[in-house]
Amino acid sequence: MECVQRRKQIFPWFGLDIGGTLVKLVYFEPKDITAEEEEEEVENLKSIRKYLTSNVAYGSTGIRDVHLELRDLTLCGRKGNLHFIRFPTHDMPAFIQMGSEKHFSSLHTTLCATGGGAYKFEQDFRTMGDLELCKLDELDCLIKGVLYIDSVGFNGHSECYYFENPTDAERCQKLPFNLENPYPLLLVNIGSGVSILAVYSKDNYKRVTGTSLGGGTFFGLCCLLTGCSTFEEALEMASHGDSTKVDKLVRDIYGGDYERFGLPGWAVASSFGNMMSKEKRESVSKEDLARATLITITNNIGSIARMCALNENINRVVFVGNFLRINTISMRLLAYALDYWSKGQLKALFLEHEGYFGAVGALLGLLDSA
Amino acid sequence: MGLLRGCGGGSGSRTPVRGSLTKLAYYSTVQHKVARVRSFDHSGKDIDNEPLYEISVQEEITARLHFIKFENTYIETCLDFIKDHLVNTETKVIKATGGGAYKFKDLIEKKLGLKVDKEDVMTCLIKGCNFVLRNIPHEVFAYQKDSDTEFRFQTNHPNIFPYLLVNIGSGVSIVKVESEDKFEWIGGSSIGGGTFWGLGALLTKTKKFDELLQLASKGQHTNVDMLVKDVYGGAYQTLGLSGNLIASSFGKSTTADKEFSKEDMAKSLLHMISNDIGQLACLHAKLHNLDKIYFGGFFIRGHPVTMRTITYSINFFSKGEVQALFLRHEGYLGAIGAFLKGAEQDNPNQYSWGENYAGSSGLMSTSPDVSPLQRTRSGTFDMLEMDRLERPLVNLPLLKDPSTYIPDTVDLTDDAMARKYWLTCFEEALDGVAKRAAASQPDSVDAQERAEKFRQKYWNKLQTLRQQPFAYGTLTVRSLLDTREHCLNEFSFPDPYSKVKQKENGIALKCFQSVIESLDSLDWEERQFALVKGLLAGNVFDWGAKAVSDVLESEPQFGFEEAKSKLQGKGRSLLEGPPHKCALIFADNSGIDIILGVFPFVRELLSRGTEVILACNSGPALNDVTYSESLIVTERIAAMDPVIHSALRDEKLLLVQTGSSSPCLDLSRLDQGLAVLVRERQTDLVVIEGMGRAIHTNYYAVLRCESLKLAVIKNSWLADRLGGKIFSVIFKYEVPCK
Repeated sequence: MECVQRRKQIFPWFGLDIGGTLVKLVYFEPKDITAEEEEEEVENLKSIRKYLTSNVAYGSTGIRDVHLELRDLTLCGRKGNLHFIRFPTHDMPAFIQMGSEKHFSSLHTTLCATGGGAYKFEQDFRTMGDLELCKLDELDCLIKGVLYIDSVGFNGHSECYYFENPTDAERCQKLPFNLENPYPLLLVNIGSGVSILAVYSKDNYKRVTGTSLGGGTFFGLCCLLTGCSTFEEALEMASHGDSTKVDKLVRDIYGGDYERFGLPGWAVASSFGNMMSKEKRESVSKEDLARATLITITNNIGSIARMCALNENINRVVFVGNFLRINTISMRLLAYALDYWSKGQLKALFLEHEGYFGAVGALLGLLDSA
Repeated sequence: MGLLRGCGGGSGSRTPVRGSLTKLAYYSTVQHKVARVRSFDHSGKDIDNEPLYEISVQEEITARLHFIKFENTYIETCLDFIKDHLVNTETKVIKATGGGAYKFKDLIEKKLGLKVDKEDVMTCLIKGCNFVLRNIPHEVFAYQKDSDTEFRFQTNHPNIFPYLLVNIGSGVSIVKVESEDKFEWIGGSSIGGGTFWGLGALLTKTKKFDELLQLASKGQHTNVDMLVKDVYGGAYQTLGLSGNLIASSFGKSTTADKEFSKEDMAKSLLHMISNDIGQLACLHAKLHNLDKIYFGGFFIRGHPVTMRTITYSINFFSKGEVQALFLRHEGYLGAIGAFLKGAEQDNPNQYSWGENYAGSSGLMSTSPDVSPLQRTRSGTFDMLEMDRLERPLVNLPLLKDPSTYIPDTVDLTDDAMARKYWLTCFEEALDGVAKRAAASQPDSVDAQERAEKFRQKYWNKLQTLRQQPFAYGTLTVRSLLDTREHCLNEFSFPDPYSKVKQKENGIALKCFQSVIESLDSLDWEERQFALVKGLLAGNVFDWGAKAVSDVLESEPQFGFEEAKSKLQGKGRSLLEGPPHKCALIFADNSGIDIILGVFPFVRELLSRGTEVILACNSGPALNDVTYSESLIVTERIAAMDPVIHSALRDEKLLLVQTGSSSPCLDLSRLDQGLAVLVRERQTDLVVIEGMGRAIHTNYYAVLRCESLKLAVIKNSWLADRLGGKIFSVIFKYEVPCK
């Protein structure tokens, strides 16, 4: 994303992605503010900048992912840092309220937003916040964001990575992957639900399919099964559980591998299959259930992604979305499953900024529109 | 176990044991009565006062395949049953498949003293699937909940391969089947019936699979799932997305504070799993370029709820390009396959088989709420019987497009008014049929009793069909007639009309020569007209048609001339122009119809140099002429008529059997010998005669050669429907467009 000339897009620069579960916000903090600008900067803007950059948590649920911050970025001729902030979608009214209290509308800036919530909350922004949203296409933003972040890199490191020996705890390594020449690629965005896109060039892509079994399903089922209340809690439980107590494996049915079909004994034959039995239902822990839920959802996404890759004849699959945040179990499993079931033909790739690409795309949209 | 009967020395039994039901397949030889006709030696006897031929009832042994399923609780009873029927056999090995093959191995070996051979589940499943696809008409159906006809049965395609079989058991297996022996596991998913059951039990504390489905059918998934409209608010219309699509399954339950109803969670789970399976199946179908997917496994088996969600999912993900199909006997596939594998030395695949409607239970009731009793019964004790046919059945080579040929004219599953009429019609005729059956065996002490049992059985079938018209595939007049024949056979009434036919054949033969003489005295044009009129007039004599049997019962004098006068003359000569190479004629009734109607017509064809293949039923049905009767009748005519005599001698007139014992005609299931002959003799004219063969069936059949369909409508309701009067004439002469 090169800006040919210094544009007159006035600050603040935000990009907003309002998903089904989470709102992702990226904020560009200019670090090259001249004294003259400083002078001119209205009080409201200054207070917003200070508020956002001096805190790592906002209210009870907003969080800034400090570790993802992109430093010394040049965007449209301005130098600065890019901040990544998230909060639950159900706190959206409070967010709009805050914007209203801080007199955001007086800044006369445009707020670019993508995701379903851009439509859902458009009216609230207008009435409560006196703000007109500029709605941008979700998938356009996603792809734009992925390509941009990958091109600028992650503070000198590679944005894109893969796992070598994904199932071997000792030998598993996260290694950088050069996505310089990315096309064609299959982009799998795992948010509350899942969207799968085949990307052939910067502006040639199509949505191949999607599935409703996504991060929301994992979290939703975990809440029902274990009584947990946060995604982090669900993942923490999952990391201590044993899914083989819950799932029926091929070896549980056939005593070993099912050779007629070349199925290994360790493969899951039936997710939650052991839970058909009353005794087994009584002997599993919440952690086991959380782990099984995670494995079920992850394997299923891997399987659908693999089939799409085959149908589209693409061998690089990039997984993004907030489901993967702090979720090494799923990433390794996706990496392994894709490699195993495709006999090494498919490669699973991941990006450091997991769920923020839509928001980045929205920000870029803002700068484009100037 | 009382439902099983007539089991002779079975050659083997196969038990797939899976889940909570055991399915048992066994082969038995069934003794049943058949009517045989035998020519007398007439030399030096007064043939005028002797019957034309002798009728005897003999015991015949035929092979029958039985498939039963019952709850595992009855496994011991079942094994006792098998033991009783294995006494005199060489069987040392029993084939078993499914999870229970492991579970019950010891019990079976101990109880029966047989070695249990475990067969591969999937191999058995596919063998069974191929078998039913090939042998059972209307095996396959599409499920459409929101249409008038929930079950839309498919005609059997001559080429069943390749297809995709998606078996949804505890997990999902997706198998591509390319030929009889070639199949490949192309994928699967761990999210299947076990996930619905296991996860469902955890979420709702409901233990049974059926109860979970019940819960699901009452729930609202929108309370649990996050829909597109939940994410987009009200503005989703602008995106071209349906707001009701599920964006995230269980996406609304991401909270510890709220309670969700069991029903809603079960429904959400059902949607999640069905959609997921449908999506994967479509992705595989697309990759392998297939458009037919058969679904099976306990998740599907007889559950309209899951058939509906799977169908929805397939339509959605394939945008209508792939069809979700289901099988009537899906629950038996493994058992059938295990059986076939064990019976390979008998090579059951070289035979054709026919579903015995009398001995088979129908498809399950649509809604457990509508008739819970029936459902419970058929769910726990269900059976299928297949009769081995003497000879293989094949398509008539002259069918224009065998893959789209549908024998039946009216689909009574579709046409509620017609269904009501015909069911009532068959009910009203039932007492008479039972009476006639009893009367046909005056020397038998238990004929009355058996006739009553027949009446009761067929009555029950008719009541089942009123409730569930889809029970045995597409309901048609043909299936109603065939079911009646099967029920008659079941109670040892192999041929209630044998004596009537014998008498009428005798009488008609006496008139043959005078009819021929009067025809020969006419000039060419008049003769052609008279021949067609004769064909039609002869066809009025049909004891199967109620209106006619009323006239015949009340006016025994009702004669040939009178019948002829009742016809509105309509005739058109197809006998102009160059003679045909060979004509295939499907005959209808015994007596006047065949002897005074068909034979003079045959004689005329022969005189023109056209060869004739005369096809008659292999077994009796109503008063239709059977192949063996036609042999005797022809022999007698040949003795009187030099044209017929020399044609027989020179093999210009050939008598063949159709392979069928139905009053109707399915041109896709005909005796292989007939098909071979039709091809060899380059048949270029097909004549189909009678209501059953030319109106109830084949009225719309399209052939690759000239055809003549002719019948007299002997049913006033049908006449009304077709816009004519009773005893009006169908004369349909069709020339294929070049």
